[in-house]
Amino acid sequence: MSELTLMKGNEALAEAAIRAGCKCFFGYPITPQTEISAYLSKRMPKVGGVFLQAESEVAAINMVYGCAGSGIRCMTSSSSPGISLKTEGISYIAGADLPCVIINVQRGGPGLGGIQPSQADYWQVTRALGHGDFHVLVFAPSTVQEMADTVQKAFDLADKYRMPAVILADGLLGQMMEPVAFDEDAEIKMSDASNKPWAATGHKNQRKHNIINSLYLQAEELEEKIRNRFERYEQVKANETMAECYKTEDAEIVVAAYGSTARLAKSAVELARKEGIKAGVFRPITLWPYPVNELNEACKNAKKVLVTEMSMGQMVDDVKLALNCRIPVEFVGRTGGVIPSPAEILNKIKEMGGDK
Amino acid sequence: MPEFKRPHALCDVPLHYCPGCTHGIVHRLVAEVIDEMGIEGDTIGVCPVGCSVMAYDYFNCDMLEASHGRSPAVATGIKRANPDKFVFTYQGDGDLAAIGTAETVHAATRGENITVIFINNTTYGMTGGQMAPTTIPGQITQTTPYGRNINVEGFPVKVCEMLSQLDGVALAERVTVIDPKSIMNAKKAIRKGFEFQKNKQGFSIIEVLSTCPTNWGKTPIEAIQRLKDEMIPYYPLGVFKEGAVR
Amino acid sequence: MAKMTVEFDRCKGCGLCTTACPKGIVKLQQEKLNKKGYYTAVCIDEEKCIGCAFCAMMCPDCAITIGGGDGK
Repeated sequence: MSELTLMKGNEALAEAAIRAGCKCFFGYPITPQTEISAYLSKRMPKVGGVFLQAESEVAAINMVYGCAGSGIRCMTSSSSPGISLKTEGISYIAGADLPCVIINVQRGGPGLGGIQPSQADYWQVTRALGHGDFHVLVFAPSTVQEMADTVQKAFDLADKYRMPAVILADGLLGQMMEPVAFDEDAEIKMSDASNKPWAATGHKNQRKHNIINSLYLQAEELEEKIRNRFERYEQVKANETMAECYKTEDAEIVVAAYGSTARLAKSAVELARKEGIKAGVFRPITLWPYPVNELNEACKNAKKVLVTEMSMGQMVDDVKLALNCRIPVEFVGRTGGVIPSPAEILNKIKEMGGDK
Repeated sequence: MPEFKRPHALCDVPLHYCPGCTHGIVHRLVAEVIDEMGIEGDTIGVCPVGCSVMAYDYFNCDMLEASHGRSPAVATGIKRANPDKFVFTYQGDGDLAAIGTAETVHAATRGENITVIFINNTTYGMTGGQMAPTTIPGQITQTTPYGRNINVEGFPVKVCEMLSQLDGVALAERVTVIDPKSIMNAKKAIRKGFEFQKNKQGFSIIEVLSTCPTNWGKTPIEAIQRLKDEMIPYYPLGVFKEGAVR
Repeated sequence: MAKMTVEFDRCKGCGLCTTACPKGIVKLQQEKLNKKGYYTAVCIDEEKCIGCAFCAMMCPDCAITIGGGDGK
């Protein structure tokens, strides 16, 4: 039923969106994610969906706001500089409790930065994807297959908790080709608003008018809205964390890494194991909520933790917070679009005493 | 003799606008058109940031509140997902012709089947009367205390004239609401806009020259006079483009 | 004879209705403030009202209704 196809990560994301019932896609070209738009511009008209190239990232995210507000599954994608432009809209989407999926195929920054793979938007996506008190769901796949699988999950949880979900990929994952399997027998069915009684669909003279809004001029009312939202976030934290542990059972050094860097970390750990070093990899799949319990479990025998990222060290903050500074945490990373090599990570493992 | 009462599509609540502000008249006209076409249950409105930010509490149809200037993009998202619904935006001059210029121009040139109600009162009302993109040369505002100087602030944007150059536009008409005759004419224009939308014939914009007595520092009746004397000569009323684009 | 009714507490006393009445019978009364603190519009001579509804059309607060028929 499911045959393996060789696909680019970006294409897998796009195809998976259609299979998740994403009816509308609103995009704007930017390297290295443009294949998503190109793929959907071909596919969407054939499955009764909508592809629209907007005049800017700002317009695209606001089209998502309107479409999601009418209860229809929709998505936008971009890369780092474009995501910055979308943050206004994302804040409004969060403030109006709307579900949608946003893809960030990260590239080097700040500013125009570069077009090579990077992971320097971790702080942005987990801390401040727009103004105000809110969170978004953040998924960090590390293979093309996982890119595809995560899309369905992202749409489902976005709907369940009425909040935006972000898939945080990077140029490496977006551009690499790997075999990916889709369920060929599954029916492609575009979403409708039938299970979203809050949506602005036209009231058909059968109910009061629905209002999609994030404005509350009474401070107490706004506070109550935010508190309610944060109660929902507590449920997300309790139920939706995802992580992969690789050889952490006996690991004295745990390497924490996400996305494509986790693949490099695994290679480094394999090299370390060959040298008799007990190392393992902790790979968070959800970056918000952060898999705090899973990390602590993975580090039960750890003497030290090494965080590796394609940035100057951003997730390292969350690792320290999650471990409550119980275990020393060190960092090794490359930035600006440079991909670290397994040997660099191995050297750091050795430097941390893993060779003793 | 016919009765005159509040249209159903206008919620039975007090409006928060200042005395004599013509927003209320335009709200009622849009609601009357919705009533007359019998489309309240199939209409989705988008309101802006500005004085009419809370228009979602006033229209009885489903409503979305957009961020500043983005209403045409929000409306596009709704309309593309729901091509058989009626979608309108209600925007002021700062929203539509300054921060939202790109969204306005591109929704128009795509020929989005939406209807834009554009309130031009030559000032940013809600924030206290600063210069708008439509502030007339010489006009005193909070941020042009010596009058708008074309050598410093440049010239106003004539929205209908500009949009009438775009192929996606089915209707670009400038109207006003300063007396019963102009009000009846404004309503006809709004109706035309919704009819173009009904027939999926392109983008429609109805620019309504409006007053802001509070920030103009005038009584409501003086404000109407200023609109006649200063605005209409600069922003002539009339149809700038009309005809199905598809 | 038509009947103009002003919703007392919704009127903001802007006076736009007074400019629209072809018979000149819509005025702002100067006796009683409403709860918003405005002197409201009134019809000073109902006999002369022709029910054209111009006053209601001009009202930005939708505070004026015109009674239908002859009321008979």
